[in-house]
Amino acid sequence: MKNAFSPSRIAGSLLLAATAVFMLAPLVVVVLVSFSSSSVFNLPSGNWSWRWYEAMLRKDGLGATLTLSVMVASAATIAALVLGTLCAIAIEQGRFAGREALLAFLVSPLLMPGLVIGVALLQALRALGITDVFWALLVGHIVITLPYVTRTVHASLALFDMRLIEAAQTLGLSRRQALLQVMVPALAPAFLTSGLFAFLASMDNYPISIFLTDARSKTLPIEILHYLEESPDPTIAAISACLILLAVVVLFIAERLVGMRRLAQF
Amino acid sequence: MSSTLSTPRVAWLALPGAGYLALAFALPLAVLLATSFQDADGRFGVQGYAAFFSDVYNAQVVWNTLKIAAVVTLICLVIGYPVAFAMARASLPVQGLMFLTLILPLSVGVIVKSFAWTILLRSNGLVNQLLLGAGLVDEPVKLLFNERGLIVAAVHVFLPFMVLPIFTVARQIDSRLAEAAATLGAHPLHTLARVTWPLSLPGVVTGCAFVFSMAVSMYVIPALLIGDRYQTLPALMARAYLFMRDRQAGSTLAVVLLAIAVLIVVGSTWLTRRLQARTQNAGDAT
Repeated sequence: MKNAFSPSRIAGSLLLAATAVFMLAPLVVVVLVSFSSSSVFNLPSGNWSWRWYEAMLRKDGLGATLTLSVMVASAATIAALVLGTLCAIAIEQGRFAGREALLAFLVSPLLMPGLVIGVALLQALRALGITDVFWALLVGHIVITLPYVTRTVHASLALFDMRLIEAAQTLGLSRRQALLQVMVPALAPAFLTSGLFAFLASMDNYPISIFLTDARSKTLPIEILHYLEESPDPTIAAISACLILLAVVVLFIAERLVGMRRLAQF
Repeated sequence: MSSTLSTPRVAWLALPGAGYLALAFALPLAVLLATSFQDADGRFGVQGYAAFFSDVYNAQVVWNTLKIAAVVTLICLVIGYPVAFAMARASLPVQGLMFLTLILPLSVGVIVKSFAWTILLRSNGLVNQLLLGAGLVDEPVKLLFNERGLIVAAVHVFLPFMVLPIFTVARQIDSRLAEAAATLGAHPLHTLARVTWPLSLPGVVTGCAFVFSMAVSMYVIPALLIGDRYQTLPALMARAYLFMRDRQAGSTLAVVLLAIAVLIVVGSTWLTRRLQARTQNAGDAT
């Protein structure tokens, strides 16, 4: 074993500390600015205030925007969980040629530029005559949330020992009971983390949504960017602080149920 | 592996999902590709591409987009590589903490992060205050509305995608290999070049492919950090569609962007396969 205070270990620790500061500083600064009393983006110097949170609640249209974003994200996440789990089971358990290629295809929307998918969908939906923003967004958001679920559930299934199902059947459970009581709990963490990440990805999506929304119905990221162009004041910092809080809550739930290491599987 | 689910029918479970993506993702992209070969009168041809590539301005934009993506990828690699290895060698609690600092920003939206950098990089922002306070500069450095700020924000957004795949590989590399090399008298740099780096290449390729493909197609970060004037391929494409309503120009740009993304995916997959084959051969030889 090497000495804990060797130069390379100290350099490593410093590097990690600097990285942590670099990664977290922007988020901390946004939260601090949101509590300042000044109307420029200043860090609060003694004068803490809730005024930007009050301004946020008074903002026109923010409620409708948030509702649309949450509805699309929830519906897309549920659809992705169902479709993605079925795909993962088929690829892991099926015996057919091209399973690798199928998995690559199912994950490929993650690697393609969002703007290009957005433009392609815009054309397709226009050709089909679908003009309702909610349905257009839902179609697009399932495309980007499905890969998260397929990938994570597939990775989790690959680690699951199917002999456990047989063992449970030997012990007297029906096949259906065995699947529900043994396999579903084993896959629950994968459902949860991929579902949470799919939800966040949908809530955050800008490149696809910009092509599918209209002037009346916007999603949260589009509205935030619109505010930034129009009237940049710390109200946006307050909205951003709320979104950071959402991410912290989601991560806390995931960490409690799955653990941080499982979240970072690449 | 034996299994109770494994019947020929299981394969059909993939049909709803795969069929959905075929209709809502692959087919629209194919139609887009076809549109790019069609002019306003509906005639087919390569005029769109001829017009696109004969314009010096467009070539400049493509070059700029690729250049900035390459710079961001390189900086992410130079920072992310040692960070991933330091993480792999750190104690478990420190590893957990580092995961948190990488995943929390990953789960916060790109708009929020870009907005945060616009606050930090202002001429009276925290970064400039620190630089001035430390006596490193005499007057505020212009960090916003130019490529410097864009690169800082992009590195922040994409760094986790570089660190995490390299960490996965770094964790599997036995640190005793490096120690053995040192015992045999190898210089640390020699060990890095001959032992550690080749073994970590699969993670490096994955990380670079992730970061480069995302950096080529980033749209929000330049829009917020620099503004509309700064033209990248995605910005040009969005403008062609949303403001100019020029379908052929827009789809031509989209196809160029798509082609770059596909090249990265195919290239990195091929490279990873080759690296794995080589490692396996080396393993068989010993």
